[in-house]
Amino acid sequence: MAQSLKRPVLGPVDPDALLAPELDYTEVSQKLAGIPMAGPRKTHISWITGFAISLALLMVFFTAVGWLLLQGVGVWGINVPIGWGMDIINFVWWIGIGHAGTLISAILLLLRQQWRTSINRFAEAMTLFAVACAGMYPILHLGRPWLLYYMLPYPSSLGMWPQYQSPLEWDVFAISTYAIVSLLFWLVGLIPDIATMRDRSTNPIMRFVWGTFSLGWRGSAKHWHRYELASLLLAGLSTPLVVSVHTIVSFDFAVGQLPGWHATIFPPYFVAGAVFAGFAMVMLLMIPVRKFFGLEQYITMKHFDLMAKVTLATGMIVVFGYAMEAFFAWFSGNQYESFLLNMRLFGPYAWSYYALLACNFLVPQLFWFKWARQSIPVLLFVSLVVSVGMWLERFVIIVVSLTRDFIPSSWGYYTPTLWDWLLYLGTFGLFFTFLFLFIRLVPMISIFEMRMLVNEQNKPGGADAPGAGAGAEYPAAAD
Amino acid sequence: MSNTPLDLQAVRENLANKPGQPVWRSLEQLANTEEFQELMEREFPRHASEMRDPVTRRNFLKLMGASLAMAGLTGCSIRQPQEKIVPYVRLPEEMIPGKPLFYATAHLFQGYAQGILVESHEGRPTKIEGNAEHPASLGKSDIFMQAAILQMYDPDRSQTIANAGTEKTWADFTGALTTAVANNGAGLRILSGTVTSPTLAAQIEQVLAANSGARWYVADSVGFDNTRVGAQLAFGENVNTVYDFTQANVVLAIDSDFFAYGPANVRHQRDFMSRRAIRSANPADASMNRLYVVEPIFTITGSNADNRLPIKASEVGEFARALAQTLGVSGAAAGTLPEKTTRFVAAVAADLQANRGTSAVIVGEGQPPEVHALVHAINAALGNVGTSVRYTAPIEALPAQAGTLADLVGEMNSGAVQSLVMLDVNPVYSASGDLRFAEALAKVPFSVHYGLYNDETAEKATWHIPGTHYLENWSDARAFDGTTTIIQPLIAPIYKTKSPHELLAALAGQADATGFDLVRATYGNNASGNFTRFWEESLNAGVVANTAAPTITPTLSTAFDFGSAPTTGEYELVFQPDTRIFDGSYANNGLLQELPHTISKITWDNAAYVAVSTAQKLGVTNGDIVTLTVGGQTVDAPIWILPGTAEGVVGVQLGYGRTKAGIVGTWEGRPVGFNASAIRSSTSPNFATAEGVAKTGGTYQFASTQDHYAIDYQNQTDLASTEAKNRHIAQAVTLAEYRDNPNVMNEHNHEVFTLYPKRQYTGYAWSMGIDLNVCTGCNACVMACNVENNIAVVGKTEVMRGREMHWIRIDRYFTGTGLDNPQVIHQPLGCQHCENAPCEVVCPVGATVHDSEGLNNMVYNRCVGTKYCSNNCPFKVRRFNFFQYNDMLYKFDMDSIKMMRNPDVTVRVKGVMEKCTYCVQRINEVRQDKVRLGQTIQDGEVITACQQACPTDAIVFGDLNDPNAQVTQRRKLPLTYTLLNELNVFARTSYMGMLKNPNPELAEA
Repeated sequence: MAQSLKRPVLGPVDPDALLAPELDYTEVSQKLAGIPMAGPRKTHISWITGFAISLALLMVFFTAVGWLLLQGVGVWGINVPIGWGMDIINFVWWIGIGHAGTLISAILLLLRQQWRTSINRFAEAMTLFAVACAGMYPILHLGRPWLLYYMLPYPSSLGMWPQYQSPLEWDVFAISTYAIVSLLFWLVGLIPDIATMRDRSTNPIMRFVWGTFSLGWRGSAKHWHRYELASLLLAGLSTPLVVSVHTIVSFDFAVGQLPGWHATIFPPYFVAGAVFAGFAMVMLLMIPVRKFFGLEQYITMKHFDLMAKVTLATGMIVVFGYAMEAFFAWFSGNQYESFLLNMRLFGPYAWSYYALLACNFLVPQLFWFKWARQSIPVLLFVSLVVSVGMWLERFVIIVVSLTRDFIPSSWGYYTPTLWDWLLYLGTFGLFFTFLFLFIRLVPMISIFEMRMLVNEQNKPGGADAPGAGAGAEYPAAAD
Repeated sequence: MSNTPLDLQAVRENLANKPGQPVWRSLEQLANTEEFQELMEREFPRHASEMRDPVTRRNFLKLMGASLAMAGLTGCSIRQPQEKIVPYVRLPEEMIPGKPLFYATAHLFQGYAQGILVESHEGRPTKIEGNAEHPASLGKSDIFMQAAILQMYDPDRSQTIANAGTEKTWADFTGALTTAVANNGAGLRILSGTVTSPTLAAQIEQVLAANSGARWYVADSVGFDNTRVGAQLAFGENVNTVYDFTQANVVLAIDSDFFAYGPANVRHQRDFMSRRAIRSANPADASMNRLYVVEPIFTITGSNADNRLPIKASEVGEFARALAQTLGVSGAAAGTLPEKTTRFVAAVAADLQANRGTSAVIVGEGQPPEVHALVHAINAALGNVGTSVRYTAPIEALPAQAGTLADLVGEMNSGAVQSLVMLDVNPVYSASGDLRFAEALAKVPFSVHYGLYNDETAEKATWHIPGTHYLENWSDARAFDGTTTIIQPLIAPIYKTKSPHELLAALAGQADATGFDLVRATYGNNASGNFTRFWEESLNAGVVANTAAPTITPTLSTAFDFGSAPTTGEYELVFQPDTRIFDGSYANNGLLQELPHTISKITWDNAAYVAVSTAQKLGVTNGDIVTLTVGGQTVDAPIWILPGTAEGVVGVQLGYGRTKAGIVGTWEGRPVGFNASAIRSSTSPNFATAEGVAKTGGTYQFASTQDHYAIDYQNQTDLASTEAKNRHIAQAVTLAEYRDNPNVMNEHNHEVFTLYPKRQYTGYAWSMGIDLNVCTGCNACVMACNVENNIAVVGKTEVMRGREMHWIRIDRYFTGTGLDNPQVIHQPLGCQHCENAPCEVVCPVGATVHDSEGLNNMVYNRCVGTKYCSNNCPFKVRRFNFFQYNDMLYKFDMDSIKMMRNPDVTVRVKGVMEKCTYCVQRINEVRQDKVRLGQTIQDGEVITACQQACPTDAIVFGDLNDPNAQVTQRRKLPLTYTLLNELNVFARTSYMGMLKNPNPELAEA
């Protein structure tokens, strides 16, 4: 392409740029649409390897679920008093991870943060898959999962309705709403890109498939108008969900009267923790993807810098939460709360609390330094540590609180079994299977939004300049 | 599968031995060939079944397949005996389907009768309660009585007569017996446990009279040898000692667990605790007896002591001599004792002296005869004879020519024994290791083992005759005071078994005599007037009127050898019967195996119990395996640190390590626990100096239901006990403290503030009261609850994971300083039926709901199993079916177990939560009657299973809206408190705090 001669080709990307300056419409469209449109034989070997591993883990998932349904939840390490173990830890962990996606796609859209553009599609997809993994657990953790429908409000001849006082019932609505809205938001956002692929595709079968999913998108001003309206509405709907879902998840604990659960601080603390974990997970997944698919021009160090800052900020909110929990335990004078704090610090599970502080408090402090935010290995390391730390946080809240509650005779100890771990591993299989399919089958970075960014930042021309093609361009007056 | 030709003879015999209407699937099944068993075992290929978790392994499919085979059995589930039996309350013609009938009979424990009432549903006995008219039970029960129902239905019971491993008929046996017992019974020996049955005793006498060459030996592994010889030393004759603890202000128990063992254990608990119950609101009226206990290891009795002295078992004799000396028993003298013991002796002696005539001293079977004799002398010196202690003629039947098991083994080894009949004993397992009974048995040409199980002895004997359970046969037995009960069968024998009377009749040449006729014959002569009336009245009441033995006044002579202090080594082994499975005869009873030990809370195991100091000296901790050596014999045993054990003592329990107990007692082919009998010596069977206690380096996993990492042995603190005190959960003060401050149990309470109006209950308001002060921690309530409510046995692995299903548990907390000699609080804890129940609000499907009478109900059908209710329950009393515990009940063959279940209580499935219901089925049963009659339920008409079993009436149940109800009255007492008030739960179960009455002179300086 002629215009690319004006700029250095694929030089080091400016750390403050949101987009490599040499990119133009054509390159964006070719590169981003090229990945899903490549023929089966052109599939990258690393994708095949990754997908194979994911499928293997998915088999582990099916085995773990099959065994669980056959035998009962006794295959896990839970007992009385520790009625919830890795099932609920992983549920909260997965659902927390999902939060970054919604935050990026909804709140940052409303706040007109341009940097969200390159990462929002990926983060949203991650949200969906994480919610799918999370959603498995509340069903599977039931003693009799086949009676799940008892929790749904349906007109029964018995005249029985769900018991609406229970936070678990609130979960049913919160999570299903969240899953549905996230899915809609993601699907609506895909329409212009799918239309682009329909237009670019030469394979008649794929043209039919893309054509079906693009829902007749022609890129008319009316379409763009409705698209923008729908996006805004869905963003508006999603925004409270970012806060509400994890608030309600935190109610599962806060409404209980167990020391360590019964705390008013839980909703904000959980939401911040979710965003914290979610951003760490986005970074953790995006770094290798960016590398393998050569997307350095699209996802720049500027993105990582900003995400690291969000991680640091939410991390500090979470740490404030820890401090407040400890403070309340002391200040309230409640003997059960202070005993629990004592157990967290010096009990048989003290290691988990110290590991948690190291993971969620100490290590993220690296992000105060610009060099750390600019270093891929450091980013990868911190993200990994934060993901582990947030798992430990749920372990400390759920398991450690349950092991030693009011009546000392019934104190217990929890050791996860092989099946606990296999199911956890299996949900990774579910997650990555979805993720690999997503990477391969739909543009993982929003093409039309990137082109919008190209227009604003690089002022390019070219064959795919506005008006030059038939399909998916945005209207000049969109902004 | 190879094809072995069918043995048609075996088919015919098996068919003949099948009870009920025979239904079979194939000739292979009838021949019971290996192939058929293999097929039954393995619907799946070899080893497929092992892949599964032990909880749920092969039995499900196996049972599905086997159900047809068992149809013949279940089809005959109404198995009323053919002879007329007499119900306790209602007549048989009133039998209404769904309404249980109650029959009086007797439970046999250590050979003695304990009167029981058996609940029978359409001919199936389902529950055993005490018989209020019987002196040994007074309507109350213990764990063995409760668990006996499972023993009867145990699918592992022996079902066929066997000779050298092949099945035979009764006719084959009687033929062989006649041949073997010839020539005036030369070389015939009968070995039995304690016999109190007048019929059986007469039969044995008849056999001995007819066969001049025959001899009879009585030997139990846990019997009354020392007691018997001790009485002979003191009185020159056999006497039976009867204690009346209602008359004793001060009781001294010398190595005696009289709450747990002996023919009157239930009665003893009740009598003793009747002097401790505080039922007056005025602290000035509060009075209590005082219990001193001197013992090497915590027993149930010891855990209730006001003052307890842990010393080695070998030092106990010296203690008794010192006490006798202080009390002025002529000739008694003791060597120098440690300062602590001297101080204890002085304080106890002074207290006993001050309560002359109103004290009681009791000694346990573990002490040698001279200590027993000394105690007789001490009681005489204290003037207790005639008040708290009385004597009668011996209750048990004894051979004219006494002999020990060692004598019998000597005879067997010398070849003098030609035929040996072993009646309901298992000496191959239980005989002291040094006797090598099995080797001696091999030298006897004709040996007969009669018993419930095809056990270790049955395997070695030439003949095995399966025995009937006492719920299946006619018999009789006498209680601790001589009262006779005629044992009537509740059900026709489930298998082709024989009663001991039928076996003895065969020995006497009457092969076809029935137990019914034999027992009736015993009373045919004695009954004055109308025999039928006598018979029915005796059966009806469960006691034969006026059969209590009269008091006698034997002459005490103190001219016996008082004994002297034995030399003791650094470590001493003490052999105890186990509090759950006793001497091993209950080893195959899952309900008992899974019952937590009173103090250690270990299930499914025995252990080498040591004190904290001993453990530190040995450098061991819980689960470390040590090799115990006595007399050159060794056994490997895992250590458990039990606070309150005497220093240097290693306490081991008998009854474990059974190699052929059955599917439960011999778990997956491996014995449960270790066999302590192996290192027992016949000369000193109860305690012995250990030649070595050596760490092996191996470790062992215990399944304990309490103490998960809470005890800090290094600093001698138990965090759980400390917290239980801080949280006012288990409260104990001394009597003196209570008198000073009557409000001591409720001082921590403050006004509970709530914005919501308190719910009003206008009808009944069910409530339970538990008096910790009279609770002995005997576990009877737990066992009664298990049987009443069809509670599943889950097995050791599941208990290790913290999944035991007991609806009521007894929490154990230590009080006092340190762990060398702490005091114990037992706290029975079931669902508290909170008025503001935290479990209810968090259930998403409304499966646990409150009713208008304040019951917190569990709706099993609605439960989806979120477990949120359990997490939110501050008392952690909810139990979850993590697996299909009830249908695949741990390897049990379920068909007979199903017959045991209480038809009034739902059997729970996998994935649902369950918990204490306050025995709602019992409430409703009474309610149905009352509603029909237009009446209201009066206090005392609803009795929960735990309450009914409790020997000391620690538990009451009733309507809080009835101002005169016992539970309402108790709730008003100053000692009453409720748990976790600060959570606004408004628990319906209330507790009365524990009072201790220690001797101020023994207060720690």
